[in-house]
Amino acid sequence: QQPAPLEPLGHPDAGLQSAVGEEAEGARDESPGEGTMTENNFWLKKIEISVSEAEKRTGRNAMNMQETYTAYLIETRSVEHTDGQSVLTDSLWRRYSEFELLRNYLLVYYPHIVVPPLPEKRAEFVWHKLSADNMDPDFVERRRIGLENFLLRVASHPILCRDKIFYLFLTQEGNWKETVNETGFQLKADSRLKALNATFRVKNPDKRFTELKHYSDELQSVISHLLRVRARVADRLYGVYKVHGNYGRVFSEWSAIEKEMGDGLQSAGHHMDVYASSIDDILEDEEHYADQLKEYLFYAEALRAVCRKHELMQYDLEMAAQDLASKKQQCEELATGTVRTFSLKGMTTKLFGQETPEQREARIKVLEEQINEGEQQLKSKNLEGREFVKNAWADIERFKEQKNHDLKEALISYAVMQISMCKKGIQVWTNAKECFSKM
Amino acid sequence: VGGDSTPSPDLLMARSFGDKDLILPNGGTPAGTSSPASSSSLLNRLQLDDDIDGETRDLFVTVDDPKKHVCTMETYITYRITTKSTRVEFDLPEYSVRRRYQDFDWLRSKLEESQPTHLIPPLPEKFVVKGVVDRFSEEFVETRRKALDKFLKRITDHPVLSFNEHFNVFLTAKDLNAYKKQGMALLTRVGESVKHVTGGYKLRSRPLEFAAIGDYLDTFALKLGTIDRIAQRIIKEEIEYLVELREYGPVYSTWSALEGELAEPLEGVSACIGNCSTALEELTDDMTEDFLPVLREYILYSDSMKSVLKKRDQVQAEYEAKLEAVALRKEDRPKVPADVEKCQDRMECFNADLKADMERWQNNKRQDFRQLLMGMADKNIQYYEKCLTAWESIIPLLQEKQEAK
Repeated sequence: QQPAPLEPLGHPDAGLQSAVGEEAEGARDESPGEGTMTENNFWLKKIEISVSEAEKRTGRNAMNMQETYTAYLIETRSVEHTDGQSVLTDSLWRRYSEFELLRNYLLVYYPHIVVPPLPEKRAEFVWHKLSADNMDPDFVERRRIGLENFLLRVASHPILCRDKIFYLFLTQEGNWKETVNETGFQLKADSRLKALNATFRVKNPDKRFTELKHYSDELQSVISHLLRVRARVADRLYGVYKVHGNYGRVFSEWSAIEKEMGDGLQSAGHHMDVYASSIDDILEDEEHYADQLKEYLFYAEALRAVCRKHELMQYDLEMAAQDLASKKQQCEELATGTVRTFSLKGMTTKLFGQETPEQREARIKVLEEQINEGEQQLKSKNLEGREFVKNAWADIERFKEQKNHDLKEALISYAVMQISMCKKGIQVWTNAKECFSKM
Repeated sequence: VGGDSTPSPDLLMARSFGDKDLILPNGGTPAGTSSPASSSSLLNRLQLDDDIDGETRDLFVTVDDPKKHVCTMETYITYRITTKSTRVEFDLPEYSVRRRYQDFDWLRSKLEESQPTHLIPPLPEKFVVKGVVDRFSEEFVETRRKALDKFLKRITDHPVLSFNEHFNVFLTAKDLNAYKKQGMALLTRVGESVKHVTGGYKLRSRPLEFAAIGDYLDTFALKLGTIDRIAQRIIKEEIEYLVELREYGPVYSTWSALEGELAEPLEGVSACIGNCSTALEELTDDMTEDFLPVLREYILYSDSMKSVLKKRDQVQAEYEAKLEAVALRKEDRPKVPADVEKCQDRMECFNADLKADMERWQNNKRQDFRQLLMGMADKNIQYYEKCLTAWESIIPLLQEKQEAK
């Protein structure tokens, strides 16, 4: 249910729109609406982005203390139409915190977009074999893949791909941070992002967004649960396979005292060793599935953020409407002389005596100006709200399709992994059985 | 035989045994299932003894049909023992009696007493110590039945033990308790004489071949013990894995309830994991019921064999002591007195019996373990096949609407 729109007055708030316009102006391609810009995956057709390397570095941080961090090499290639050859056009190094900066910027300037998430900052949902150390090479490798995935997601988004700051992220190594900060997004961020965690009451919530927020909460909860249990399952499965390795040794020792049975036992033992060591690769593959789930766990957060931003907008709107209504009322009271609403002026008037007609006129005039301004603001807020809902809902639909597609693919690849694991198991035990049959 | 290496006991085997294993119909343990004791199915479930030709087998024994008896004083299980034989020692061609574990225990003691020079097969454990095992659960009773069946079949296969009078009574008597009360009446000569050895003699050294058997049994029991621990550990890990799987599957169901297009695929994955969990449970049950008990039986077997070896040592020690005593008494030279001769006889009989039994035991052991380990491999193959079927069947479900788009 949308709140009843008030009379439109004046021009819409230029703040939000201009930011998008600015980026579009500076973008390496034409302004919106022309030619290839509006196609999905535009960038993916013309540009190849990869995060190809990770490197450990030491440097000095803001407080001039030495720190170790990992830097990632981002390479951009442009693909020629005719022969499909790609040419390296840009190559630079970025660290995780710069990715974070980029994402925070996108969150502020595209509040109606479900912004793709970054891979996790710290390793979570680990099981005993997996390291929780950020400098661990496996973690770094998985993060590299996650960061590449993030850039590809942004590049394939019909709106985000046109952003100038994103373009500069890929092409301008030095000064990029300063450029981002110059957009002043931090100031906007303070008011918008911080409010994400606050609770406040909206009188006329939009049912669709309320349902969507609820869905995103549930989704986060269920995927978290799934990831936690999956990690425990992996742990246990690891244990089962590894214990079988003990058969290898004992069969070998036993075969030493046997004549006829010896060879069969010995070779079967070898297969038990193969079985035990096969689990490492199996579980490494499964981590990839876990990463796919994690991406959507974090996507759920991004989805929720959009809902909250809408809530915030709605709240602002309601507050503005309330304020306007109260001012109108005050004005009316002053004009008619009746006092129904409480005001400090009213109080002091009672205490110190009536004001002069001139004073009252002055106050009415001030109020009328404020009312005018308020009506303009309300109109623009309303417009902003409607635009937001329209754009947000479009992106949400896009996101839903993407989610359904991606998760189905993930489930298929998981099933394929399980099938492969079963086939390996059958193979090993069949081999062992044959060895036993020769005893 | 010589040099530093311990000769393998298999070198003691006089003949080479070809592979005369019968292919068992269900690939299971020889103590098969509780089907009726017809001759042909009995034949199918026999282990071959190489002293007897397959065609001339004349004694068939089966244990089946467990029944629970509830009396005022106690509750217990009896098993039906069916015997078919053409031997003259049996008055009737066929017998069917009911026996309880106590009776088997009695039989085994009697056999040990009366045939001390032979290896007596082990019984399944008397008491179940660990955990919450229900003595009357189907699984426990079935495991025990198989072991008791194995026990009797091993005796049946033995050329000497199968003719033992106690064994005959066990198989045929209507009232076994009455017979039990008769006590020591039927001890054999050898048994009697061996019983009189007080065990006060100390053996200087075991002959090489028996030392080799002793060493072999020691290592064998050790290795089996290790395998038993590994198998138990695997089952434990599998059960813990199962616990997690049982929580894992349903989460996909919970998720499915939130979704639209993804609902069916997620539900499919949940069901799939459920099927794998069931398959895993079947695997762990099978290993617990079929694998572990046989391992433990063999450990008991080798323990009882070691005591027989010690008794043999005793007999040899007595002989050597007496011989030495004679050597010191100058007046009895050069004639060897009768009782020393008797001792020598006893020792040589014991040695011969033991060697023959060891050969037989080695061959049976090889067949038993071949079967046991193949069975273990089979169960694991079946587990993976069940899981494979489950996962393969949901691939089309997952891919479904994908193509429709």
